[in-house]
Amino acid sequence: MQGAAGGRGTAPAVDADSLIHVSVRDTDWDGVRLHVVTGKGGTGKTTVAAALALALASNGRPVLLMEVEGRQGIAQLFDVPPLPYEERRVASAPADDGRPGGDVFALAVDPQSALIEYLQMFYNLRQAGRALTKLGVVDFATTIAPGLSDVLLTGKAAEAVRRKSGGSFVYGAVVMDAPPTGRISRFLNISLEVSGLARVGPIRGHADTVQSVIRSPQTAVHFVTLLEEMPVQETLDGIAELREVGRGGIKPGGIVVNMMREAELADRGTLSRVTLGSKARDAHAIEVALKAAGLRDDADLAADLADELADEAHTARSQRSQRRRLDQPKQPCYELPLIKDGIDLAALYKLAQALRDQGAA
Amino acid sequence: MSEPQVRGGRPVSAAPLVVDRLIDDRRTRIIVCCGSGGVGKTTIAAAIGLRAAERGRHVVVLTVDPARRLAQSMGLTSLDNTPRPVNGIRAGGAGSMHAMMLDMKRTFDEIVESHADPDRAAQILANPFYQSLSSSFAGTQEYMAMEKLGQLRRADEWDLIVVDTPPSRSALDFLDAPQRLGRFLDGRLLRLLVAPARLGGRTGLRMLNAGFSLVTGAITKIIGSQLLRDVQTFVSAMDTMFGGFRERAEYTYRLLRAPGTAFLVIAAPEHDALREASYFVERLEQEDMPLAGLILNRVHRSPAARLSAARSLAAAEALQDADNGESTSLGITALRLHAERMHQAESERRLARRFTAAHPLVPMAQVPAQPDDVHDLIGLRVIGASFAGN
Repeated sequence: MQGAAGGRGTAPAVDADSLIHVSVRDTDWDGVRLHVVTGKGGTGKTTVAAALALALASNGRPVLLMEVEGRQGIAQLFDVPPLPYEERRVASAPADDGRPGGDVFALAVDPQSALIEYLQMFYNLRQAGRALTKLGVVDFATTIAPGLSDVLLTGKAAEAVRRKSGGSFVYGAVVMDAPPTGRISRFLNISLEVSGLARVGPIRGHADTVQSVIRSPQTAVHFVTLLEEMPVQETLDGIAELREVGRGGIKPGGIVVNMMREAELADRGTLSRVTLGSKARDAHAIEVALKAAGLRDDADLAADLADELADEAHTARSQRSQRRRLDQPKQPCYELPLIKDGIDLAALYKLAQALRDQGAA
Repeated sequence: MSEPQVRGGRPVSAAPLVVDRLIDDRRTRIIVCCGSGGVGKTTIAAAIGLRAAERGRHVVVLTVDPARRLAQSMGLTSLDNTPRPVNGIRAGGAGSMHAMMLDMKRTFDEIVESHADPDRAAQILANPFYQSLSSSFAGTQEYMAMEKLGQLRRADEWDLIVVDTPPSRSALDFLDAPQRLGRFLDGRLLRLLVAPARLGGRTGLRMLNAGFSLVTGAITKIIGSQLLRDVQTFVSAMDTMFGGFRERAEYTYRLLRAPGTAFLVIAAPEHDALREASYFVERLEQEDMPLAGLILNRVHRSPAARLSAARSLAAAEALQDADNGESTSLGITALRLHAERMHQAESERRLARRFTAAHPLVPMAQVPAQPDDVHDLIGLRVIGASFAGN
């Protein structure tokens, strides 16, 4: 069912599950434990990653939300001080069907800290770590050594996915706010690139381990987009590239259409009736309405509103055609509303619920 | 720059940024467009280039990763690292426009080829570490963009260079990149890596040498001995070029701070994009880079702004209640959409005001949202028209 066309993601917003109380929910991504969230800049991928983490935590298990680009976007989103290199609780998911929600932990991974941690974990090189930092080796290794930094970042995610305590996984799921679409294939495939560069050795071994997680059914890569030409194109290109580069091993996940305006959701019907090239007729109809509403008779106002309406209709039309293009890859699509007054915790809960209603978590 | 208006001790608006003034000033030789991803940076860079060319400048636009159709609109069909003339410029022979797309690997190869004799160059180009460094190091793109900028400036064939910066994972990486890569390639770490082989026999350096082996030992543990060997071979081969690298990096950095350079920060009227813009502005100020102003792209305006959102919504509701059927349904939709657009415009204005309150000295220009993605010269010209100010 995962990744199948016409998955529940494309179902109407009212979900049967919210009416029939079932204890075990099916979701489109059962079995996936590493959710990689990518998207073109400006599409709101950090917000979607956070909402997805909350949605997944509603299943009752703790979820780790991690960011890798040093922007401290998660801290800003949850309105907490900048995150250190440490897993910190930032929110709790609401209870679901009487079950308590799980906690969402957040972590800002930076390659330097990840490298030092790696040295400590695997080689007990605590002292050396300090010396290496001083000498600039850590800086070198993480900023210059090709691909090493990406291996360390994906490596941390893989470690969190596999981490166990008392025989069971510590996290029910890990959500990664990943680099943008243009870089995602290289980012996830970097371990292979390193494998090519380092034919043997510990980095090679580490890279192979990371690849085995990323290339397993436990991992899905979700794409966040807006209904605009460029983000949609990048999403389609990104999915195609992932399929090609991943050679079937890296699995594209869902497509999240973000920031849909209410008008786009509610007025699709009416807007589709606005015909291009008959602005005069539209203006006349609007003038009639303005009069009926008791607004001062103002032919110019009607004409201006008709212009505006034509613009909106044009936008709605092109958005509809962009939306259709998103059906091409046959991945589940989810639609999230535009939050007008800035994203706060309440807004994240709302988005999380929308993702759950549509079967994404 | 004129003083911002001050009322009641608090600045209420920054001076307007008139891009035309910037591009008409012959002393402006470089315009660097920076900003977070998804704000239309490449489009703005192209529009500035076109506008300047049509106002008589000889322009080259250096772009890093344009959308395919935008690239085609400028006549770029391949990523071939060479400035190509853009056809269809309306300059009456006075101005011209070229555009090029950066090929970072090729740019790096060219540096190697111009600094080393053919044998050594071939050796470097074949080195696995070099190949990886030149195509995938996270900072290579930034560094090569700046290197290319330096080359274009030195070539002196154009009197205005417009640069579209890479969508850096962390803001303004490109400012660090020249120094960082220069420091690395020139640095003592690399010397350390190759030093043991060189210093092996000298007793006086034995202590030092022990330190070296500790470090190389640790590095071997991390990256493996085969990769370390590749790095060492690479470093030995590059040895003669290091000084050159640092010099070039410093040249580019000086160029960025020179009086003929203007930085423009591009943002969209959205919370996140403006927060990033604030960061860019502060960072540029810290680095003493010549910031010309902020371009707020994709601003929504209404042709019927005289009808307020509240009145529009009230009218829509009144019509809804009256239930006139089909006869007013289009009007209701128009009124509701109008109210929504007015709300959007208001929230954009609020965000812009907040930015200006925090950065009262940064001039701002606004570019209206376009109904379609821009991918031809006509669209670029429409955007350029908003550079006149007012």
